[in-house]
Amino acid sequence: MKLDSQDLADLAVGAAFLGTGGGGDPYIGRQMVQRCLDEGLSVDLVDPDEIGDEALVIPTAMMGAPTVLVEKIPSGDEAIASLRQLEQRLGRKATHTMPIEIGGINSTIPLLVGARLGLPVVDADGMGRAFPELQMETFGVYGVPGCPMAVSNEWGDCALIEATDNRMMEWLSRGVAIRMGGAAYIAEYAMSGAEVKRTAVPRTLSLAIQVGRVLREARSDHRNPFEALLSFMPQTLYSYATIIYSGKVADMQRETKNGFSMGRAKIEGFGSYHGLMEIEIQNENLIARLDGEVKAIVPDLICIMDSETAEPITTEALRYGQRVTVISVSVPEIMRTPEALDVFGPACFGLPEPYTKIEDLSA
Amino acid sequence: MRIGIDVGGTNTDAVILEGDRVIAACKSPTTEDVSSGISAALATVLDESGVPAAAVDAVMIGTTHFTNAVVERRRLLQVAAVRIGLPATRGVPPMTDWPADLAGALGRHTYMLRGGHEFDGREIAPLDEMGVLEVAKEIRAKGLRSAAITSVFSPVTAVMELRAAEILREECPGIAVSLSHEIGRVGFLERENAAIMNACLAELSVKVVASFRTALRGKGITAPFFISQNDGTLMTPDHVERYPVLTFASGPTNSMRGAARLAGIGDAMVVDVGGTTSDVGMLMQGFPRESAVAVDIGGVRTNFRMPDVLAIGLGGGSRVREQGMRIGPDSVGYEITKDARVFGGDTLTTTDIVVAAGLAIIGDASRVADIPAATIDSALATMHRMVDEAVDRMKTSADRLPVILVGGGAVLISRDLPSASEVIRPENSGVANAIGAAIAQVGGEVDRIYAMEGRSREEVLDEARAEASANAVAAGAAEGSVKIMDIEEVPLAYLPGSATRIRVKAVGDLTMKEAAE
Repeated sequence: MKLDSQDLADLAVGAAFLGTGGGGDPYIGRQMVQRCLDEGLSVDLVDPDEIGDEALVIPTAMMGAPTVLVEKIPSGDEAIASLRQLEQRLGRKATHTMPIEIGGINSTIPLLVGARLGLPVVDADGMGRAFPELQMETFGVYGVPGCPMAVSNEWGDCALIEATDNRMMEWLSRGVAIRMGGAAYIAEYAMSGAEVKRTAVPRTLSLAIQVGRVLREARSDHRNPFEALLSFMPQTLYSYATIIYSGKVADMQRETKNGFSMGRAKIEGFGSYHGLMEIEIQNENLIARLDGEVKAIVPDLICIMDSETAEPITTEALRYGQRVTVISVSVPEIMRTPEALDVFGPACFGLPEPYTKIEDLSA
Repeated sequence: MRIGIDVGGTNTDAVILEGDRVIAACKSPTTEDVSSGISAALATVLDESGVPAAAVDAVMIGTTHFTNAVVERRRLLQVAAVRIGLPATRGVPPMTDWPADLAGALGRHTYMLRGGHEFDGREIAPLDEMGVLEVAKEIRAKGLRSAAITSVFSPVTAVMELRAAEILREECPGIAVSLSHEIGRVGFLERENAAIMNACLAELSVKVVASFRTALRGKGITAPFFISQNDGTLMTPDHVERYPVLTFASGPTNSMRGAARLAGIGDAMVVDVGGTTSDVGMLMQGFPRESAVAVDIGGVRTNFRMPDVLAIGLGGGSRVREQGMRIGPDSVGYEITKDARVFGGDTLTTTDIVVAAGLAIIGDASRVADIPAATIDSALATMHRMVDEAVDRMKTSADRLPVILVGGGAVLISRDLPSASEVIRPENSGVANAIGAAIAQVGGEVDRIYAMEGRSREEVLDEARAEASANAVAAGAAEGSVKIMDIEEVPLAYLPGSATRIRVKAVGDLTMKEAAE
């Protein structure tokens, strides 16, 4: 499937939704990919089932702070430099690239790389949403090592990371990204086609495009976009979606801890919603509690959307007085196994509450 | 006593206020040269009230001039858009996402040079001063008169924008230079867009301010005058000459603030019916709800804080078609006094409909006597449906809210609206925008990166609040009246010392020497 400009616009909205508040605004990535389309280049999306087992897939991404990205726009060559560096290290050429994350900006970086290098992009990723750390990947959960990994900046400086495990990879590359100005561009988790089929969350790029399209079409037909979204999700791997709250942002606290944007949004209910919802944030929305009781918890999606427009709101754009509706969505089963929860379950974010499926919480 | 003037696309409104009391109000057509419309409005209110020009303490003017110029792509300067940030930022060149006609009107003179900073103040690269000199040469060769300079992380460190401006001013005497850090916030492309837009208005802003000054002096008014900006605070004339973009969206803000004051309620929906459009917005505690998303102006993404307003194509000059089934979105605008049927023209407008229905006495009613009753009914139904839908779309819940109806076209809405708990038509509602301008306040702001380490959040916020309040007082706000209007905190991840960007806005009433009673 070749992406067109409308797909790209829809993808930006869907990826912001799947970003659950984090992942950065895909706007800049979208602009870079749109330039490629305008130049006559194409973005070719392939289903994971259609790639050969022997393919060499090298995922590409940005790592770092969205606050930096929206200010220090990339040159567009950084992720390509990382991919080239990794090819050199592996002694093989990549046949495909792929997202490591479907939320936010990282849904678009592989499209840019794919368009510039003429590489098809695998319709899958390793997070099924956005997560703050690089070891939080289904790839790693199911045995694909993240290293060797390449980290590049706009000058073409490149660090090759050879770490003994994926946590160490995250730790070392994070330090490099800070030296590179707080945003750097990476290639990692090089894997075979067979490994993609076994470890990736499938068809998430097309999912993001569909989510964007469902919201857009509902708005233009004057239908309720929330209802349209809720009736669409059951047709996907993310089979359960529900509105957990609606109200006004009453307070927004933020601080930086260990290099992450930590925060807490308080939402006062209105209409039929009563009480105070608190949403804890570490780059992404992690847990929603209503008067202390858990209503949704990571890795299930917690998406804060504008009540009127159904536009997803990133945690950085959250502010006092906004009217928001909070939606929670179940993640695919591959992300809910004990092994997966060991890597990106509630305990990995220091939350005391055990993981409980959104289906069970809202029943 | 103070005078508020609102220069809209169709009408120029003026009021004289003594404290909260409206002494005189009037509405006159906006003229192409603007100042004669203002002079006429001033003459009317001064004569009507008998207030001597010397008794006027201040004049506040709201204008949609600059917004309209961009939207209509008229009287815009070509701009040299200079970006400092290579080798970063090349992925999305300046004006990439602009509508082709607007980018064309500005000439697409874009330059990208080495330089810019990282979040923590390190240089991405030293400023390419030779490159700036080359750009200056091209600017001279092309005869450009305005430039916009945007450097990466200039809200943190502005030195490269300032240095580049210095070079351009030396090499191109008389050039107008807009610096992004003085206009926008963190968010490179949106700030750059704002700076470029500001730059294309550099000559229009000087002309407009001069015409305002001429109009006031012509009426013998020597009191200071101010221009209102989009957050409901005032700017001095020399500030407007340099930052005309900050007046964008001041029109809706003025109307909504004026409506709140007139109706004496702070939480309501406001429908401001003008000549061309109706603006619908929601008031919360007397201030318009702000838009949460990047705001589109003339097709360009910017990051101003703007009132969240829905504009629909219904106004007093809207064309009526298909026996009243279809209205607008086009309008005869300020030509209404020539083109509308009641004024002797041959275009059927909404104004003709309300006159024909006997709901208003405007122009010559005999000229619309032939409009069939079915057309009148159908047109009235269409107008009410359009407004009702817009109100409903702007609401945040199904709860019905009061709707305050203001603006020169408010006469179009004569019935109840299903979405509203009540429809309030305050006295003087036709000049709510001028009243909103007259009651505009003085603002003070702080926007800085604070090191939070070793200090409590409250301590740092208190410091920022105190500084914003002090800035408001320094700008002319009365000491006891200053309130904090808005606080925004954004931590910069990866910055040592838990650095957080804090932006605090304070507002207060303008210090006035009201005539002693």
